[in-house]
Amino acid sequence: MKIIEVRNLRKRYPQHLAVEDVSFEVAEGEIFGILGPNGAGKTTAVECVAGLRKRDGGTVQVAGLDPEQDRQELRGLLGMQLQSAALPEKIKVWEALDLYASFYPDPADWEELLERVGLAGKRDSAFKTLSGGQRQRLSVALALVGQPRVAVLDELTTGLDPQARRDTWELIEQVRDSGVTIVLVTHFMEEAERLCDRIALIDAGKVAATDTPAGLIAQVGGEQRVRFRPSAPLDDAVLLALPEVRTVTRHGEQVVVAGSGNLAPVVTLALAHHQIVPTELRIEQATLDDAFLALTGRKLA
Amino acid sequence: MKLLAVETKLYLRDWYSLLITVGLPVGLLLVLGLSIPAFTEPGEGGERFVDTQLPTMMTMLTVLSLTCTAVPAALSTYREQGVLRRMSTTPVHPARLLGTQLLINLAVAVVSTLILIVAGALAYGSAAPRQWAGFVLVFLLGSAAMMAIGLVIAALARNAKTAPGIGSAVMFPLLFLAGMWVPRDIMPDALRVVSDFSVSGPFAQALRDTWAGHPPQLLHLAVIGAGLAIFGGLAVRLFRWE
Repeated sequence: MKIIEVRNLRKRYPQHLAVEDVSFEVAEGEIFGILGPNGAGKTTAVECVAGLRKRDGGTVQVAGLDPEQDRQELRGLLGMQLQSAALPEKIKVWEALDLYASFYPDPADWEELLERVGLAGKRDSAFKTLSGGQRQRLSVALALVGQPRVAVLDELTTGLDPQARRDTWELIEQVRDSGVTIVLVTHFMEEAERLCDRIALIDAGKVAATDTPAGLIAQVGGEQRVRFRPSAPLDDAVLLALPEVRTVTRHGEQVVVAGSGNLAPVVTLALAHHQIVPTELRIEQATLDDAFLALTGRKLA
Repeated sequence: MKLLAVETKLYLRDWYSLLITVGLPVGLLLVLGLSIPAFTEPGEGGERFVDTQLPTMMTMLTVLSLTCTAVPAALSTYREQGVLRRMSTTPVHPARLLGTQLLINLAVAVVSTLILIVAGALAYGSAAPRQWAGFVLVFLLGSAAMMAIGLVIAALARNAKTAPGIGSAVMFPLLFLAGMWVPRDIMPDALRVVSDFSVSGPFAQALRDTWAGHPPQLLHLAVIGAGLAIFGGLAVRLFRWE
């Protein structure tokens, strides 16, 4: 079942056209990524979906509701974490959760939520004393405290250090496992690749492509490279005989095999067959960055 | 209700600014009254300066510093930090937060004014406002009009840093026109006319009238009411949530 359906969404600001033509569908229970460079119109698009902005064209349905006509009902089933929204400096973590819980008719048990986002130890800390990662965790908790069916998380890990980012990713996966559909807005390729079931690539206000991460990479050819140094002399023909292998080239002692499909396991298996150990083995795969570049002619970051 | 409780706690956590807003008028009332002998001597009509003029001005100072600087500072900070925006993602509209802020500041103004009345009675034996009902009416109507001005300031301020600046730039002329430094009785005619239409002028006059036991003049109430309507309307049109 599709919980979100966006058709030909359009949004113009006085100075520029932020969203020109965006359509996508989100299935219930998935993590749907909206990936694109800064200024592509990602935030504006999800703000129209959440009913925070009025669209200029197109249709949006969230669980059968129109975000503009049914604003109030929508707020009850869609939780949103905003890119640039803070809390009063002196509010304590528990006070914020307790307060936001009181805004919803059937809120989650916020004590348990606090535990889940790993902030139980920060219960009595003031918002201003929290680190960036802790603030984001609180922000996720606030987006979930109304027991939403859909959570929109905008640039959740921007500005976090790598450890905090990985912790936040784990949290998002846990949230999805609890049955909440997640729309994740990001400009990090790695984040989208790791977390999302499906991704819409957005560039300059338009959807360039929508697919699974693997599907997007495959769209651009999905070429892989395996580099290694063979432990014994190796005949290229051994590798070229494999259907997955397209070319074999040599750089000094290093062998570079290019191809597609299950390239790496097939190559290592063939080598093992000839009692050759591939040392300094490295596998290079096309990434979402490559897919984005191929589809839009632009770099993601 | 919870919003009111949390906002009140946050307000009290900022106790030093509260101390200044509440303490300054009371301090001035005591220091000026006790150090300037003329203030406690009967003037024309047998009334002393500390009886109605000084406490009226200190009440004006309290109300104006809350409405013209504290309210715009709080709201523009909330807007800049995205507190209002975050709240707009929930079923409760951020207007509720704005209303709560106004209510808390009004409550502080009331408590602060009660302290002024008690302090005046203890230090100088000054009487409490004699026209109680009129005083309360004028106080509430005047405070509401000043809140509307404060909301317009909050709407116009680009960020949290400029809000208190604009607030002061509005507050001092209004205090001047209310007769804070030059009592209305000795203002030149032209200035007195400006004062009569400045909202804060009639507000101060009506406060003083009711303090002295006279009913408020309808014209004063009308000017204050017009101010409330005009600035309230402007605030509704101009206020931005983000």
